Amino acid sequence: MGTISLNKVRKAFGDAVIIPGADLEIKNGEFVVFVGPSGCGKSTLLRLIAGLEDMTSGEIKIDGNDVTDTPPSGRGLAMVFQSYALYPHMTVRNNIAFPLKMAKMPQAEIDQKVNHAAQTLNLNDYLERRPGQLSGGQRQRVAIGRAIVRNPKAFLFDEPLSNLDAALRVNMRIFIMQLHKDLGSTSIYVTHDQVEAMTMADRIVVLNKGHIEQVGSPLELYNKPDSLFVAGFIGSPKMNFVENDTIGIRPEHIEISEKRGEWQGKVLLSEHLGSDTFLHIDAGARGRLTVRASGENTFAPGTNVWMTPDKSRMHYFGKDGRTIRK
Amino acid sequence: MARKISNRRKLLTTIIAWVIGLLLFFPIFWTAVAAFKTESDAYTLPQNWLSTPWTLENFGIVQERSNYFRYVFNTSVIVILSTLLGLVFAIPAAWSMAFAPNPEGGSKISSLGWLGIVLGSLAICFVALYFNNWKPTNAVIGILLLFIFVVPASLWAWSRNTHNMLLWMLSTKMMPPAGALIPIYLIFNRNGLVFRDWGWANWGDYNIMDSFWGMVPLMTLLNLPIVIWMLFTYFKEIPVGILEAARMDGASLWNELSRVLTPMALPGIASTCLLNLILSWNEAFWSLNLTNKYAAPLSFFISEYSSPEGQFWAKLSAASMMAIAPILIIGWFSQKQLVRGLTFGAVK
Repeated sequence: MGTISLNKVRKAFGDAVIIPGADLEIKNGEFVVFVGPSGCGKSTLLRLIAGLEDMTSGEIKIDGNDVTDTPPSGRGLAMVFQSYALYPHMTVRNNIAFPLKMAKMPQAEIDQKVNHAAQTLNLNDYLERRPGQLSGGQRQRVAIGRAIVRNPKAFLFDEPLSNLDAALRVNMRIFIMQLHKDLGSTSIYVTHDQVEAMTMADRIVVLNKGHIEQVGSPLELYNKPDSLFVAGFIGSPKMNFVENDTIGIRPEHIEISEKRGEWQGKVLLSEHLGSDTFLHIDAGARGRLTVRASGENTFAPGTNVWMTPDKSRMHYFGKDGRTIRK
Repeated sequence: MARKISNRRKLLTTIIAWVIGLLLFFPIFWTAVAAFKTESDAYTLPQNWLSTPWTLENFGIVQERSNYFRYVFNTSVIVILSTLLGLVFAIPAAWSMAFAPNPEGGSKISSLGWLGIVLGSLAICFVALYFNNWKPTNAVIGILLLFIFVVPASLWAWSRNTHNMLLWMLSTKMMPPAGALIPIYLIFNRNGLVFRDWGWANWGDYNIMDSFWGMVPLMTLLNLPIVIWMLFTYFKEIPVGILEAARMDGASLWNELSRVLTPMALPGIASTCLLNLILSWNEAFWSLNLTNKYAAPLSFFISEYSSPEGQFWAKLSAASMMAIAPILIIGWFSQKQLVRGLTFGAVK
């Protein structure tokens, strides 16, 4: 089991309000990603759930029990830190066994569970080493091993991949998703990387300045963003905003042609990714637009082009930045 | 680009370092030489530095006159127990200041609140006086000191932020110890205990003068500010994330301190212990004033040889050598650790 519910959770340091009031229900077995720009309060929200920070007011329930005043050790959650936070004076074996020792499990059972976790994480050859002798990816696996070994109610991930290089990050991302599928436990994952959010999440929670802007599945957020902020944050490259930020259109929903179209522009720059080409176009009064074209397109900088936006995929925003649905 | 240091400059620095080193070492050298001379040779000026006949008799006489090993034992008890007791208080204190600092200060106490605290303290003093039939005995003086100074001082410290608290602790080391001698002497002295006359707590025979019961806590308290400061700078170097990981892993406060923090900070704790050991070993002011037989440490042992009947240089030197020998040896073998401890946290 692992349902988590937040009720009017508020956090302030003196006069500085970090989180004005967050309400959220996380279902058992869900993979929820908190995403937002740096300083939006996503890590603080995670640490409040973990119990590492005290709430100013509000209530957090885990499996229906109020844990507002429970210390982190009593909440039954496991956390994977960005810095790995391994115990440098212990071997990998003892690092993974630490939570079990704290739970006063018999030694035989500890050994069996540690070996099983090491098997899962491919750490068998490193059990007697110390964290200082491991590579970044190996350390990250030890940190995950320490989290999974005692079957927590939920996993909390605090930007766990941001210290890894790009190739390893993709592998670990897939590994964590596979692990989540196998274990089936609730996971909360904090990241500032919207690609990670889109690929991993069952549901994404977009945070902006401590407010929860929108909660929804990746495709919901992509197709029906509730606000200018969410529209701009989800999707890569970023959505184009025209007409004083009242209309938004994604780069992939604009058709490009050399002959005819609605909007005229001049190619400034093209980025060739092989499968796609991203064109940065100066569209005069409409400003700079990004357009996704197929990989074969080879518009040279300076070429005059015509663009036709897909009307049905346009997003309309009010002055307050909220979406107007038509 | 690394700065190039010319050979001549290197030579100059080396010479200056040697001169300063020799100047500092000279008194110890003199003591060491004098310890092996006869009384009259040791006293002669100008000294015949190396030409006198050497003798070991001073050491024999010193051991005969005063039981050296008893003093070594006393010093060891005071030094070791006070260091251990100090760690018991200093580790949690430094832990809380390093990992849960309070930038705002505790609850602010208004001026009206302070008035209440002072008046309340005075009222308690009057109650104490009343129970004592209006006689201002040592007991009442003790209570007065406690409530007029100690309670408001600790409340003040509690209302401050961590930074101020650390500075305040250090400031206690700036006060000349003689300033606290009289109250401490009264507390140590027989009849000095606060509740002495109250019947329901008859600790009448209580006397911590010249006892380990007095010297160990005293030595702990003397060095506690420095111990907390040193541990604080060490703990500051440990990423708080590791302690948070321990909390997430279900570690209780005790396990967090004993199984994660302490082993990680072990080098720092060792250096701190070493410094504390040296400070308490060499402590003389309080030892000379508050002990004379049962709990007298080595500093008292040395002072025995500086008597009104005259200065016995050779024996005094022999006693000094015997007193500093153990700590000198410990210091020699732990130089590396010690230097690291003293300069730790200085660069960053």
